[in-house]
Amino acid sequence: MNEVEARAPKYAVNPCKVCAPLGASLAFKGVAGAVPLLHGSQGCATYIRRYLISHFRDPVDIASSSFDEMAAVFGGRDSLVRALDNVATTYAPTLIGVATTCLSETIGDNVKDILLHYQPEAGRECARVHVGTPSYAGTHLDGYYDTVLALVEALAGGGTTREMVNLFPGIVCPEDLRWLRRTALAFGLEPCLLPDYSDTLDGGQWTEYCRLPPGGTSLAEIRASGRAKGSVELGWSQGARETAGRYLNRDFGIPCETLGLPIGVEATDLFLAALARISGRPVPAELEAERARLLDAYADAHKVLAGQRAVVFGDEDTAIALALFLAEIGVAPVLVASGGTGALALSAVAAYPALEKFAATFLPDTDFGRLGEAAKQAGPTLLVGHSKGSKLARELDLPLVRLGFPVHDRFGAARLSSLGYAGSHRLFDDVVNSILAHRQAKSDVGYFYF
Amino acid sequence: MSDNTLDNLLEDRKGQVLETTLDGAPAAIRCETRSAAGSVSQRACVFCGSRVVLYPIADALHLVHGPAGCAAYTWDIRGALSSGPVLHRNSFTTDLRETDVIYGGAAKLERALRELIAVHGPKAAFVYSTCIVGLIGDDVDAVCRRVQDDCGIPVIPVDSEGFKGTKKDGYKAACAAIGKLIGTSGDPAVPPAPARSVSGINILGEFNLAGEAWLIRDCYKRMGVEVVATLTGDARVDTVRRAHTARFNVVQCSGSMLGLAAVMEEKYGQPYRRVSYFGLEDMAQALYDVADLFAGEDPDMPARAAALVAEEMARVMPLLEPFRRDLEGARAAIYVGGAFKAHSLIKALRHLGMRTVVVGSQTGNKEDYERLQQLCDPSTIILDDSNPVELSRFVLEKQADLLIGGVKERPIAYKLGLAFCDHNHERKIPLAGFEGMVNFAREVHGSVTSPVWKFARRRS
Repeated sequence: MNEVEARAPKYAVNPCKVCAPLGASLAFKGVAGAVPLLHGSQGCATYIRRYLISHFRDPVDIASSSFDEMAAVFGGRDSLVRALDNVATTYAPTLIGVATTCLSETIGDNVKDILLHYQPEAGRECARVHVGTPSYAGTHLDGYYDTVLALVEALAGGGTTREMVNLFPGIVCPEDLRWLRRTALAFGLEPCLLPDYSDTLDGGQWTEYCRLPPGGTSLAEIRASGRAKGSVELGWSQGARETAGRYLNRDFGIPCETLGLPIGVEATDLFLAALARISGRPVPAELEAERARLLDAYADAHKVLAGQRAVVFGDEDTAIALALFLAEIGVAPVLVASGGTGALALSAVAAYPALEKFAATFLPDTDFGRLGEAAKQAGPTLLVGHSKGSKLARELDLPLVRLGFPVHDRFGAARLSSLGYAGSHRLFDDVVNSILAHRQAKSDVGYFYF
Repeated sequence: MSDNTLDNLLEDRKGQVLETTLDGAPAAIRCETRSAAGSVSQRACVFCGSRVVLYPIADALHLVHGPAGCAAYTWDIRGALSSGPVLHRNSFTTDLRETDVIYGGAAKLERALRELIAVHGPKAAFVYSTCIVGLIGDDVDAVCRRVQDDCGIPVIPVDSEGFKGTKKDGYKAACAAIGKLIGTSGDPAVPPAPARSVSGINILGEFNLAGEAWLIRDCYKRMGVEVVATLTGDARVDTVRRAHTARFNVVQCSGSMLGLAAVMEEKYGQPYRRVSYFGLEDMAQALYDVADLFAGEDPDMPARAAALVAEEMARVMPLLEPFRRDLEGARAAIYVGGAFKAHSLIKALRHLGMRTVVVGSQTGNKEDYERLQQLCDPSTIILDDSNPVELSRFVLEKQADLLIGGVKERPIAYKLGLAFCDHNHERKIPLAGFEGMVNFAREVHGSVTSPVWKFARRRS
């Protein structure tokens, strides 16, 4: 396995990441009654809203402190205070999640201090949580995890242990979040699933505008996270960085397991085994049945996959989990790429024997410019990743199996599930059928049966 | 006017919303101000304003000097089509990191510029400054000058730091950048062309979304008018350079380019007219206006324009009729970037038998809003720099059946069970010109008459 050295590139052509404040906004959207507030230029909030709306196809309200030149010179305190007042008045939220941007971080606004001394108007009190997310550091995935950590740090409390599990997934789709919650409950564990934007960003129609869409992890659940029987983090990308699971382990003595995203049979087995250990209960029969159906599907379609070579890209956690899944089903992950800077996670995977035999190239901290060049070298037969790869797929005339964030050129991003046996089954069918559809489209014969 | 319609607005937002009255005297609206902090404005920033205006120049390198996010969010963001090169559809950025913020990003910018110019061979380069660059004080101008001297192409800094004003200030920065190109020659050995073309015009503020500029240029061509440069739809660096050779300018999307038109009038003696290509009346007027400008030397041109309009009207009107039958009496809400477009949309909707009950824009000015009030029926809500909470409230209160806007407005409509028409960057079918009016009618009709709305909870 050769690993491309992680070094800061000279520039980027078609970035393969977005910035930390987006991840922070997404995580805050997964808290019940929360409104994200970006302390920076108006454009940060608006661009991020547009990017998220194009993926989820639901309203995404993110407030901005609307920095101007005066604020840049004299500090953003007044803008932030005014924004807090206006958000509290308009939205009556249970929590305002304040994330910083390049601007406020660089001029050195002490946001923690501003929030500490902020006096809300009478009757407008709500929780306030702050996370530092300068856009020039890390990616949207880092901003997302840092926000989960900030929420737990600010809110978690101790007490007697409850029949409860903390689940901290990477960025996954609403359908997968629902599966995680359901699965914890199936083991008799009350979940603190953080964040949970499955309803807030993928809900039903409204009769009037919902300023605070229903759903999300409640503050009570986050507070109780310090009393859980265990924590499971799904994603290796954070390497040695501080995470919510580690914090709860250190301060509240809650055992924490860090696993990959449960995509595929082996990864799901590991996740369910963790839940079985924490709950002391066996894997429910329904999940065993799903596992059996997935294995049956693997057998049915394995010949379609033989000899296939995939280029995989996305945030680090998704890219790594996908590579392991593809290896499991007989598709060679020949190039695993991410805009993420965490060489840590990518080298952690080097420890994975499952990937050894594919001589996969790892390309961290990449843009689509370099990814495209590497892909041409790798000689793939399909691409698996988010929709920003569609330009490359078109250029290479290869199928793109869409998964992860963002998916801007198809409907149903919220339901592109991949977790657990059932989600893996959906993804498996998608991989197989994308190959068949491509073969059918290219064939002179057409074929009625495959 | 109901007494409490405008109650419950944020204190910071009062004065930016009004309801038209029976007597019709336009009231003053507060506009052209920075967005109220915390109000979830639909506006973006200075950078956005510059980026959207310059973006369609297809053979230029557009390099975003800042963190990757600003570039990623604007990668291929507009459906501005090119008939040739498509360099503009890429997203180039210096991808600044923490160390660059500490030690400065100028060296990184210079390296990136030189390498990208060598690889892609653009005809010019635009360097967009983002917020962070305004703070760390990189001498972007000096870098651009050095690279320009060495590489022999214009390398133009765009002062687009996000926090230095509103989106409109971004338009100004973009126009300043375009102004630096106009009247220059690509070759140092060749002096800039001084001659006026006989019958040429420039179209300012037309971005060739879904190929609209091609439809418009075709109409002018049929009248005998050459379009020298479209700023910036399907533009090339060289056509921008020649823009000073046209006789007249016509300005669409007034918010973005009216300032440039004034500068060009002063500098090159090119008179300008404001036009709009949306809706039948305004499209016809845009052709008549240009014909009038040339009537002195080409007395037949007005007659040719009239014949063209008559021919197109005869073709298009029967196509609109079936749509109108179904849409008669439906109500529309409009929220768009520039208010000038809203004027045309109100008229276009009337053609379809529809009444506008809510109308607003991100960047309209005082005159735009006065004109809007004159155009609208009594008790229409007029909004400047609105937000989802206000928009959805007035859309429901006024019982709109359709919302016209962009991506950020779309989920508001769908969540509330309303039809929607995208009249923004992402539209895939041309909505300008005569053909565009038919497309517009089909779009509106397809959404308003969809059977899915019978399930909308709002109606139950």
